[in-house]
Amino acid sequence: MIPELGHLALILALCLAIALAVVPLFGNATSQLRLQVAAHPLALGQGCMLLLAYAALTVSFIMDDFSVVYVVANSNSALPLPYKFSAVWGSHEGSLLLWVFILSLWTIAVSLLGKRLPLLMQARVLAVMGMISSGFLAFTLLTSNPFKRYLPDAAIEGADLNPLLQDFGLMIHPPMLYMGYVGFSVAFAFAIAALMDGKVDAAWARWVRPWTAMAWGFLTLGIALGSWWAYYELGWGGWWFWDPVENASLMPWLSGTALLHSLAVSEQRRLFKSWTLLLAILTFSLSLLGTFLVRSGVLTSVHAFATDPERGYFMLLLLVLCVGGSLVLYALRASTVRSRAVFNLLSRETCLLANNILLMVALAIVFLGTLYPLFLDVLGGERISVGPPYFNVLFVPIMALLLLLLGIGINVRWRAMPSQRLMHLLRQPLLWALGAGFAWPWVYAGAFNASVALAGALLVWLLATSVADLRQRVQQQNNAGSVWWKLGASYYGMLLAHIGIGFTALGIVMVSHYSVEVSLRMAPNDKVNVGGYQFIFDGVKSIDGPNYSSIQAQVQVLKNGSVQQILQPEKRHYNAGQQVMTEVAIDAGLWRDLYVAMGEPLAQDSWALRIHYKPFVRWIWLGALLMAFGAGSAAWGKRHRFILLPVAQTRHKGINS
Amino acid sequence: MNQDTTVATNWPGWRWRLLLLLPMVLAFGMGALLWKSIGTDPNRLESNLIGKPIPELLGPSLLDQQRFLQRSDLSGQPALLNVWATWCTSCAIEHPYLIQIAKLEQVRIIGINYHDKRPQAIDWLNRLGNPYAFTVFDQQGDLGIELGVTGAPETYLVDAAGIIRARHVGILNERTWPQLRQQYQQLIADVDSQ
Amino acid sequence: MHLKRKRKLQQLLLLTVGSGLIIGLILYALSENINLFFSPSEIASRKAYPVQRIKVGGMVREGSLERANDSLQVSFMITDYQHDLVVYYDGILPDLFREGQGIVAQGQLQADGAFVADQVLAKHDENYMPPEVSDAIEQASAAANATTEQTDL
Repeated sequence: MIPELGHLALILALCLAIALAVVPLFGNATSQLRLQVAAHPLALGQGCMLLLAYAALTVSFIMDDFSVVYVVANSNSALPLPYKFSAVWGSHEGSLLLWVFILSLWTIAVSLLGKRLPLLMQARVLAVMGMISSGFLAFTLLTSNPFKRYLPDAAIEGADLNPLLQDFGLMIHPPMLYMGYVGFSVAFAFAIAALMDGKVDAAWARWVRPWTAMAWGFLTLGIALGSWWAYYELGWGGWWFWDPVENASLMPWLSGTALLHSLAVSEQRRLFKSWTLLLAILTFSLSLLGTFLVRSGVLTSVHAFATDPERGYFMLLLLVLCVGGSLVLYALRASTVRSRAVFNLLSRETCLLANNILLMVALAIVFLGTLYPLFLDVLGGERISVGPPYFNVLFVPIMALLLLLLGIGINVRWRAMPSQRLMHLLRQPLLWALGAGFAWPWVYAGAFNASVALAGALLVWLLATSVADLRQRVQQQNNAGSVWWKLGASYYGMLLAHIGIGFTALGIVMVSHYSVEVSLRMAPNDKVNVGGYQFIFDGVKSIDGPNYSSIQAQVQVLKNGSVQQILQPEKRHYNAGQQVMTEVAIDAGLWRDLYVAMGEPLAQDSWALRIHYKPFVRWIWLGALLMAFGAGSAAWGKRHRFILLPVAQTRHKGINS
Repeated sequence: MNQDTTVATNWPGWRWRLLLLLPMVLAFGMGALLWKSIGTDPNRLESNLIGKPIPELLGPSLLDQQRFLQRSDLSGQPALLNVWATWCTSCAIEHPYLIQIAKLEQVRIIGINYHDKRPQAIDWLNRLGNPYAFTVFDQQGDLGIELGVTGAPETYLVDAAGIIRARHVGILNERTWPQLRQQYQQLIADVDSQ
Repeated sequence: MHLKRKRKLQQLLLLTVGSGLIIGLILYALSENINLFFSPSEIASRKAYPVQRIKVGGMVREGSLERANDSLQVSFMITDYQHDLVVYYDGILPDLFREGQGIVAQGQLQADGAFVADQVLAKHDENYMPPEVSDAIEQASAAANATTEQTDL
């Protein structure tokens, strides 16, 4: 009964989504106020129906309803309860439902917070989101219905959730990632509305900025969680593989970062307008492309979903309709929103322009590296794969350049800045950065290393330039009779996000240069020294979990002869699917992780063990947390912008040439 | 000369419009490439044997060395041809499910023991149960080559006349069998109606 | 007016040359860093050169896995059912590595025809063989088909 209810709710949601896509625009065209206002209840209704459908699927999982095909494929009566919740998005159908559900949440958020926008804008933005929603709901219902039943008779037991997904990190990774992906639909909808309008003003950029910042923050978290998960679950000790699916999430992140910065220019200086619109379209398109690549099976990857060509075609059709349609509109209308202004070479505009160029180059690198094998294959060439060296060689220098520029960008003013003044501001940070950079590898490892020095210098550079800018602003504030906390959450959020990148960069470089990895054969009581720690293998014991049995190794960790910790990596054997999984044991710390994974059993009670010493690896995700938190507070600090009336006046007027 | 830079441009209308067309053109080009790429989906193994009959001569029987199996041994019933081997770990996972559908749903399954050794294969069936109506012992993989087998497990759906109707690469389980089941039941219904 | 026009031209030139240069550099780096994929049959027919870094794929031949007694050194044979290739590897094999399982190994072909791998991958999320492997096997059997047809004639 409950699955049918969910199915019905899904169908109703589709009807409401279609109405949401059509009615407000019709009201627009015929100037009927009531029809335009109807967008709000329609958005709310759609959200409620999707909540119902989502709840129905969740309940089917909790009640072990093995008459539902999707539940059989992804659950098992022995599956622990928390994983029954997350199993809802464990595979294609359910994660698609989660996708549209999250879209409906964003739609409701726009509807609730955007009541002060011009009615025309409200109606158009919500209608565009309704169109996206209808497309994806139709996709769900026609090709991937999660409520499909085994009839007439139900299965006795389920096949169990993929063991790789039975894990805390993967419980929260997909929702976060989708919050990011789908969140960019708001910026996209605003861009389409602006193109319909033929007008982009500062107020428009103001509305879009917080939404974009929120989505970007979620995407950052989602990517970081995915990387963290790969680190401890796949058992190779790697945290980023330049795998197509990872790249698929990195591409909208790069483009979204560019969008955030270009929006700032559009708001403050009314520049880059058509470029901003294009970036908004591009970012959401790349989110859709990411969804497509993961689901269509055109790329192979460790994370790819089970694939089905029919779904691939449908999905691509959606993609072409959405992206192609919006770009046709762009080609037709963007010429009306041109911007013209003059600014000095030494100005924040130039810095942000350079930021956008660098990010686009980085995007091109990832894009070509990810899709080149695919294109070559289609064009009848050889079967190839692109190795990580390609990405590392090209991507890393671009990012280093970006961070260097960032320190300048924080301090430079809009329009123009005298170079002496900038030099004065930056001299101290530069000295700090150079000093710290040179000292850091000596202090840490007793030997010089250029990359490590650069990463250390860049982090200090970011910190010092942030402090320099903060000091200067506080001085200005003091003159105006105000204090530092009046600078606002969005300013501090911006600084925090930028410093976060520095932390991530340092973590990446440190872990790449100072990691120690040993794979070896160990018999009970064998000892090995890794990274200043002694590891003693005490043998294995068998233990039983709820839906698996496991062999657990006992590894003592000693430092200076005293036992610090006993690490217990496992080799799990899942009962339902007969899969074997390596469960890593990690002693995590701010300065280093100790990481032990089991390999295969060898003769005479000995095992293959993989032991890593990973310095600073936590900093990678710590930095991402800072970025996400910074983006959140930047959006929060600007919340008045989408709740209050649009501010008619902008502080700086563009000067026409 | 001052340092001012004009970034935003003032090109004549048509040139500007042409530039704005560029993203659209690129996007559609991408779309076309992706469209083609779905056809060459690396996971998809299109068998060009669908619609064609299986070979007349199948090979010796696994359990009865004296017997040589032929297409006529299908005895006018639709069946699944399941490619398996004792060296194939995925086959061990698939096996209980085959027994289940053979027993509970009365599905007729014919085994093709692929690149294997006879004693091990017989031992396997004795230990794990035998879901197969009969099993072809395809030691050299000759039948496999004729069918276009790429590995094990792999399953073909064959109609009453011995014509291949569908092919499934990988394990048959709760997740994958329903796709074939429908076709299978249709074939059964066709036979019954005649 | 003339000056303005010249400036536009300069900008356009800068844009095209700049983006062309960037794409060119990226493509160059790409071509330097691709890993070609070979099947054991292709290696047997000398399509790959020694020293080149390549990927090979195939099924692990049953009974071919040998381990050293005192280290993690292993050797095994992979096959596409037409030809076999001996692979040497020093390290921990992935969870899904088993005889009869499809794998992809990355490394260098030696002059003596053996393959020394520095990475062995079995696809994690799949019960079945990696697609490259099935592809390679399919090609090999297609080739075998073609030769049998020829001998028939």
